Amino acid sequence: MMMEISRGRRIVNVVMLSLSGVCTLLVVGVLFFILGYLFLHGIKSLNWAFFTQLPKPSGEIGGGMANAIVGSGKVLLLATLIGVPVGFLAGVFLAEYSGKTFAFMVRYTVDLLNGVPSIVVGIVAYALVVRPMKHFSALAGGVALGIMMIPIAVRTTEEFLRAVPNSLREGAMALGATKAKTIFTVVVPAAISGLASGMMLNLARVAGETAPLLFTALGNMFWSRGWLQPIATLPVMIYNYAIAPEEDLHQQAWAAGFVLLTLVLVINITARMIIARGPASSRR
Amino acid sequence: MATPSSITDALRRPADRSFIGRLGGGNEIAYLITLIATVSILAIVGLIVAELWTNSQPTVKTFGWHFLHTSTWDPNGGIFGALPFIYGTCVTSFLALLIAIPLGVASAIFLAEMAPPKISNLLTFLIELLAAVPSVIYGLLGIFILLPMIREYLVPLLRTTLGFLPIFRGPFYGVSLLSAGLVLSVMVVPFIVSVSREVLLAVPVEQREAALALGATKWETTWQIVLPYASTGIVGSVFLSLARALGETMAVTMVIGNTPAIAASLFSPGYSIAAVIANEFAEASGQLYVSSLIFLGLVLFGLTIVINAGARILILTTSQRNA
Repeated sequence: MMMEISRGRRIVNVVMLSLSGVCTLLVVGVLFFILGYLFLHGIKSLNWAFFTQLPKPSGEIGGGMANAIVGSGKVLLLATLIGVPVGFLAGVFLAEYSGKTFAFMVRYTVDLLNGVPSIVVGIVAYALVVRPMKHFSALAGGVALGIMMIPIAVRTTEEFLRAVPNSLREGAMALGATKAKTIFTVVVPAAISGLASGMMLNLARVAGETAPLLFTALGNMFWSRGWLQPIATLPVMIYNYAIAPEEDLHQQAWAAGFVLLTLVLVINITARMIIARGPASSRR
Repeated sequence: MATPSSITDALRRPADRSFIGRLGGGNEIAYLITLIATVSILAIVGLIVAELWTNSQPTVKTFGWHFLHTSTWDPNGGIFGALPFIYGTCVTSFLALLIAIPLGVASAIFLAEMAPPKISNLLTFLIELLAAVPSVIYGLLGIFILLPMIREYLVPLLRTTLGFLPIFRGPFYGVSLLSAGLVLSVMVVPFIVSVSREVLLAVPVEQREAALALGATKWETTWQIVLPYASTGIVGSVFLSLARALGETMAVTMVIGNTPAIAASLFSPGYSIAAVIANEFAEASGQLYVSSLIFLGLVLFGLTIVINAGARILILTTSQRNA
């Protein structure tokens, strides 16, 4: 026996379900709006000088952000050197060695660290590096971003190592390999593509961070030598130029925003595709 | 004890392999190094708390609780009160959630309940890209696109329809609590969508089948059965985005107006905790000034930690109940 669904209920059904679809379109639409607008504006303002020249003194037209591009690279390199090894090794410990309770505790702490606002990490890097050394530096910026990279590095490593089947570990052990040898010559290589793309996502996430750099790396209108001087970075330049009154600087901010977003999205999409295609995802 | 204490001990350890020799084998060394890395993370979190705490002591000693509920922020006069920043942070975050929750949960419903898996995955991928956009870029777009749009369309609309409310009165200059809330809402939507979608997908399919078999429509099933089942996890996702919104710095700094005042109208400029730290920390001089800013950092840290911890517990309980 079939029960009739009243007209009112059917209308509510259709209306509400369509509304949810509209909401989704709206959210996705925002993304395309951002991409489109930044693309149009950025391309217009982008020129060769942007990549090769130093910023001009205020009031002059032209110039580029060559020093900020290199600066971002340097700070991110430092951050990677600090954040990835610590996070990776801790991830190995959680996946391969740790007991349950301790692992739970560490995992919870790592999640909390992940939730710490980036500006607070900046304060801590300031107190730890800038104040003792008495000046702003690329190193301080690297420390701030490095701390921010740790949580994702830990979670990625643990997740991908756990996805490696136990039969691989047993096989290596049966051939007489020690546990350490098993982990570092069999398990880690088996998970390497996932690990690498996870770290790339991690890097893309901190590449756009601005707040912790404001009072650690600070900024610099010139080239910064070595690691212990204030250094210009792309995100901070975007911020400074966007809130400046000159129209020419706004154009450069658009260009820098375009370069930064392209970089972040390309890394993101590549890494996600590698992860989606990799062997780890099929077993999860 | 320098010598092996028992025979079993001696047997377990071949004579030619000393402690150093075993280290060469790598087992103990690998264990030790990974353990040190793990412990160092705990130490870093401890260090963050310790640094914030010790460096904010001058302010705590000078102002005590008054710091949190007085509203004078006068660096030159040496008087510091955090209320305008706490107010601005709360208002913008609340506004952001007010917009982001319906939008995010509705999108999650569409993605989890209605869209075919392929389309759902593609759209989720795109929405998660939205979360990868750096906040300074949201700020850039906020200043040059959103502010003019709000001034042209939204403010006149709000004035004519809801102008009788005190929150929609007064002059509008562009930078305002309203603008900051709107930018924030765009920034937190992806978190609500992606966590809520996962929670919805984890609801057992039998729940839906049972409701549909009893004659419920698709919407009734979703609204009355699936959503309540997943509600804890969805609340968790909201908490998670709240923590994001509270700590968000750059985009807010660029559109909130950076004025330490408490105004009822959303059209007026304000200030947030993160924004004041971003703006004033590098140039702050004097121990009390710096320590007041660090104390604000500690407040922000405490807030986000509590909210995050709550969110994790909520999400954990749902996923375990469903497992």
